[in-house]
Amino acid sequence: MGIRELQGYATFFMTIIFVVLMYGYILYLYRSEKKGEKDYEKLGNIALDDEITSTPINTTDPISDEKKGAK
Amino acid sequence: MQSNAALEYDYTIAKLYTYTAILFGFVGMLIGTLIAAQLAFPDLNYLLGEYGTFSRLRPLHTNVVIYGFTVSGIFATFYYLAQRVLKVSMAESKFVMFIAKLQFFLYLVAATALVVTELMGYTQSKEYAQMEWPLDLLIVVIWVLWGIAMFALIGIRREKALYISMWYFIACFLGVAMLYLFNNMAVPTYFASGGVGSIMHSVSMYSGTNDALVQWWWGHNAVAFVFTVPIVGMIYYFLPKESGQSVYSYKLSLLSFWGLMFVYLWAGSHHLLWSTVPDWMQTMGSIFSVVLILPSWGSAINMLLTMKGEWNQLTDNPLIKFMVLASTFYMLSTLEGPIQAVKSVNAIAHFTDWIPGHVHDGVLGWVAFMIMAALFHMAPRMFKREIFSKNLIEAQFWIQTTAVVLYFTSMWIAGITQGMMWRAVDEYGNLMYSFIDTVTVLHPYYAIRALSGVLFLTGFVMFAYNMIKTMTSAKELTEEPQFRSPMA
Ligand code: HEM
Repeated sequence: MGIRELQGYATFFMTIIFVVLMYGYILYLYRSEKKGEKDYEKLGNIALDDEITSTPINTTDPISDEKKGAK
Repeated sequence: MQSNAALEYDYTIAKLYTYTAILFGFVGMLIGTLIAAQLAFPDLNYLLGEYGTFSRLRPLHTNVVIYGFTVSGIFATFYYLAQRVLKVSMAESKFVMFIAKLQFFLYLVAATALVVTELMGYTQSKEYAQMEWPLDLLIVVIWVLWGIAMFALIGIRREKALYISMWYFIACFLGVAMLYLFNNMAVPTYFASGGVGSIMHSVSMYSGTNDALVQWWWGHNAVAFVFTVPIVGMIYYFLPKESGQSVYSYKLSLLSFWGLMFVYLWAGSHHLLWSTVPDWMQTMGSIFSVVLILPSWGSAINMLLTMKGEWNQLTDNPLIKFMVLASTFYMLSTLEGPIQAVKSVNAIAHFTDWIPGHVHDGVLGWVAFMIMAALFHMAPRMFKREIFSKNLIEAQFWIQTTAVVLYFTSMWIAGITQGMMWRAVDEYGNLMYSFIDTVTVLHPYYAIRALSGVLFLTGFVMFAYNMIKTMTSAKELTEEPQFRSPMA
């Protein structure tokens, strides 16, 4: 098998892996919200409530956190 | 971390890039209009000797609108919105401020050098990578400084979650950094040969098909990481903020982001269909281009749905008009591109005017509209004055929309006519037309495009005038508007 064929197969399988990962990501997004671990939609408020004096939507760890404080 | 009543966002840098966006936008579009007119009326080639020919001015047009106008728009909006979504002021860090100022200064030097060297005819002869090696080195420094400022700002943020726009700006930074380096690998011939020829000259480190592949890996991703990714970052901030509606689905925005990141990088070979690159790679380019519709429309539809229940704003806020039309044009060009990437369609479309037609429904309708709307939104906050004239924005909107429609419709007709005529054969298999036959037929469409250039440029001058008036003499505001930008 020449290098070109190898490259072709490699791309094909990478694509498959990627598709699986993407679907996994969708599942992950919805599951973690359903379980109450994360709340992605509240992050949309970062754009609306963006005064330097306003309370951050998330003060700790990126994206995650079920902690309150957000509106 | 205590809130500090006196603390304010610092827009010094955002303002500087706003000025350059206006300046380079005008220059770039003026050149665009001139070269459009040259294609229709070739005598216009001889106005300025060698400096006024189409061959000199075309790369100057693309470089000034991309690296002058669009990149200024990207930096201006970045230095504006990054502070806001991270809830940290640039005034809080002398370091960030210094780096950003240095970056702006070097950017001005590079932009000036770009215009001068390209007018003089120095070029690497690679599309969107014409700048010769000394300039490339300068660009690397500017880009690295941007990265430092970006990550330093992220490092001192109060808002721990990175808003989706920030993801897009980070991607713009990383994507361009990687691709620019690879594509511009070149050997300066003067040094390699021990002092022969011009110091400015260089040859690519790749050759033949590989060179073409690397070039279009870059070329297409310049579209991705300069014309798409940061502009999507802009709309995710400015449309919600101007309308007071938060993003329709934040999850969809995340998903579209990762989809776009993965898919875009593989689509570049659609520029090389029917060429000497391996067949599977051409097929991959086509397929990934079609798949690209999904993440692109994901973002665009997300933006349109953000306006759900608030469509009345479309009629009474011209900035919303600009942004909604921008995302609509984004949908149009991300549907058109994949169609052109289908091999059989590409056999007709390639090398024809349909390609610049496609390019400009994206860059005029999407990129330029979005940047102008963003700068309009920023102006009252940066200059603490209301926007000088609403009527002027309305008029500008309709003039420029007409211009975009004239541009792409004329080029659709011209391109398809051209493609069909080049391929037409008689019953014996002889070509039916010579090249000049197509030129004659296309003349009216070229004239229409030149007219569209005049209209778009007129609209841009109205924008510039409105912005300058806003900076200098519009009514002062006592407090910062929360959502909708105030205008007289
Ligand atoms: C007044 C508005 C404009 C006019 C009249 C105009 C006109 C033109 C013309 C005549 C060409 C050459 C087409 C050819 O070689 O056949 C061109 C190419 C191009 N323009 Fe513009 N332009 C305008 C604005 C812009 C803006 C704002 C951008 C980007 C932000 C842009 C990006 C490009 C690019 C990327 C190309 C190369 C297309 C290709 O290689 O297929 N243009 N433009």
